[in-house]
Amino acid sequence: MADIARKNTLSRTTSSYQVDDSGYYGEFGGAFIPEMLHPNVEELRNTYLDMMEEPNFKKEFNALLKDYVGRPTPLYFAKRLSEHYNAKIYLKREDLCHTGAHKINNTIGQILVAKRLGKKRIIAETGAGQHGVATATVCALMGIECVVYMGEVDIARQAPNVSRMKMLGAEVRPATSGSRTLKDATNEAIRDWINNPENTHYIIGSVVGPHPYPDMVARFQSVISEECIWQLEAAENRSYPDIVMACVGGGSNAAGMYYHYLDHPEVRLIAVEAAGLGVDSGESAATSVLGTKGIIHGSRTLLMQTPDGQIVEPYSISAGLDYPGIGPLHAHLISTKRAEAISITDDDALTAAFFLSRIEGIIPALETAHAFAALKYMDYRSTDVILINLSGRGDKDLDTYIKYLDRYAK
Amino acid sequence: MQLNRLQQLFAKKQHHILNIYFTAGFPSLNDTESIILSLARAGVDLIEVGIPYSDPLADGPTIQQSGQKAIENGMTLSVLFEQLKIIRPQVEVPLVLMGYFNQVMQYGEKAFIEKCAEIGIDGLILPDLPLLEYETYYKNLVEEAGICINFLITPQTSEKRIRKVDELTNGFIYMVSNSSITGAKSEISEKQLTYFNYINEMNLTNPRLIGFGISNHETFKTACKYAQGAIIGSAFIKMLEHSDDLGEDINQFVKMIRGQNQN
Repeated sequence: MADIARKNTLSRTTSSYQVDDSGYYGEFGGAFIPEMLHPNVEELRNTYLDMMEEPNFKKEFNALLKDYVGRPTPLYFAKRLSEHYNAKIYLKREDLCHTGAHKINNTIGQILVAKRLGKKRIIAETGAGQHGVATATVCALMGIECVVYMGEVDIARQAPNVSRMKMLGAEVRPATSGSRTLKDATNEAIRDWINNPENTHYIIGSVVGPHPYPDMVARFQSVISEECIWQLEAAENRSYPDIVMACVGGGSNAAGMYYHYLDHPEVRLIAVEAAGLGVDSGESAATSVLGTKGIIHGSRTLLMQTPDGQIVEPYSISAGLDYPGIGPLHAHLISTKRAEAISITDDDALTAAFFLSRIEGIIPALETAHAFAALKYMDYRSTDVILINLSGRGDKDLDTYIKYLDRYAK
Repeated sequence: MQLNRLQQLFAKKQHHILNIYFTAGFPSLNDTESIILSLARAGVDLIEVGIPYSDPLADGPTIQQSGQKAIENGMTLSVLFEQLKIIRPQVEVPLVLMGYFNQVMQYGEKAFIEKCAEIGIDGLILPDLPLLEYETYYKNLVEEAGICINFLITPQTSEKRIRKVDELTNGFIYMVSNSSITGAKSEISEKQLTYFNYINEMNLTNPRLIGFGISNHETFKTACKYAQGAIIGSAFIKMLEHSDDLGEDINQFVKMIRGQNQN
């Protein structure tokens, strides 16, 4: 069975940046999981590509993206921002998706996978709460039981999303171990899956976890760049921009934004990470700088750890970027220099969030604000066409923004 | 090749094998020696030494918390190796190291295996090391070092995969009693007995030890009916947590598990 699946995957692999037949992106990826998880992960691995390519699946997925999520999302030419930075800047408006972020592209896809696998119960982890809300939403849509694990620290700093999940009928379980953030919520979700191997599907929210999750999530999110291609064609009479930018925690919005540009080396890919209080401050989540090769959540990738291999507790003001690893695809892109990583501090991100609000009338999520903050640290030409993934809106961060209103709103 | 202590144990004993797990560095950094010596004196058949890890996915709260405490106490793989080097010559009991693969990677896979062989570690349990990775990259190294690798199976593991596990294992098969993380359940159900019987009838090459949910004499006795022995972890850690006399309490704990009709 496994051998057959491997051949199938192999024949569909056409790019050096796609996952290979054994679940690796270069030296990153794989499935380092306890035996208890093996049957579920193996079932997914053997079925996900066939499922996703099946015409009825595609039809159902595309219909929901159109009528329920509100796709395609606009590709908006940000005139004032472009004048300010002296480039042609387009914003991919994932913030206009139902539930307020790109996360729902993946949860719509995975709930359809779960239904086809006959699963009756959904679990998810969430950091900022966007993936939790997107999961609770599709569970309500399909009438399936939903449990979302969320770090205690994140529950406190993303209160509106906690209420949203509850209103949507999900149970929010606090993760109280470790740093009580996204990493620990992921651990607890994995443990739940171990304890409920037969009736439960785990909807991972990012391009992390054991193979095939990183590839499956990237494929569901790839609709973002798929739309960008024809939208840019219409706007600029060219399919390929010069630069594509996205923030990276685990990296799902970036994976979707890069997907159709991966094999076009003329398109620069910029991955914007959270530097927290500064890369060298000891309070950071800048994995590409501070990370070393290791295993986190079943995947061989870059992660922040001690020399002894204990996973370090990261820090970022943004709950969605507060993760000590990055998806294996991004580890591969960064280590092969296909993507450039830029680290942005809390301070820069807040400045960028307030600036975007004033100059374009768009309040971005804190995670997304990191991508905008990177503009001032980049080299580019005034003729360059830059695409930024505006991955989420800032409603959920209002408490934080209000706290900093006096300092940053000028 | 000469049999190591673990293989010798299974060669001479096929029933009521008691394997006790503890997290190294818990309750205190330097308790490793007294815990191993006390367990050996109390007559356990083998000891599983857990390398504390920040993110132990297969373990429940008891073992995770003991690991966190151990890390705070200053336990690292290098410190543990130093301790085991001093302990090894004092006891004949087989010692098995249990840890997550990231720790092995950071130490260096080859260096880790060589160090284990140098100290006299008899076996390894690395629950998140995939079978294929092991077979491709580490099997020869481990076997040449005279170390036993012990893989896990669960009630969901397919027959084909159990055969593969049996082929790659050269110590014992760690039979996870139920779909769970460690320390989660305390009784053995009819469904589990069906699973135990099913595995029994497969006539596997390797001996089997049942773990997860074994916490007292009753569950130990039941497990021993269906396999060569059993593994106790979380219940032992809970006991250590409240102990003010490790030597005596460990002795009592082992007696309690063995019950009156000790073999």
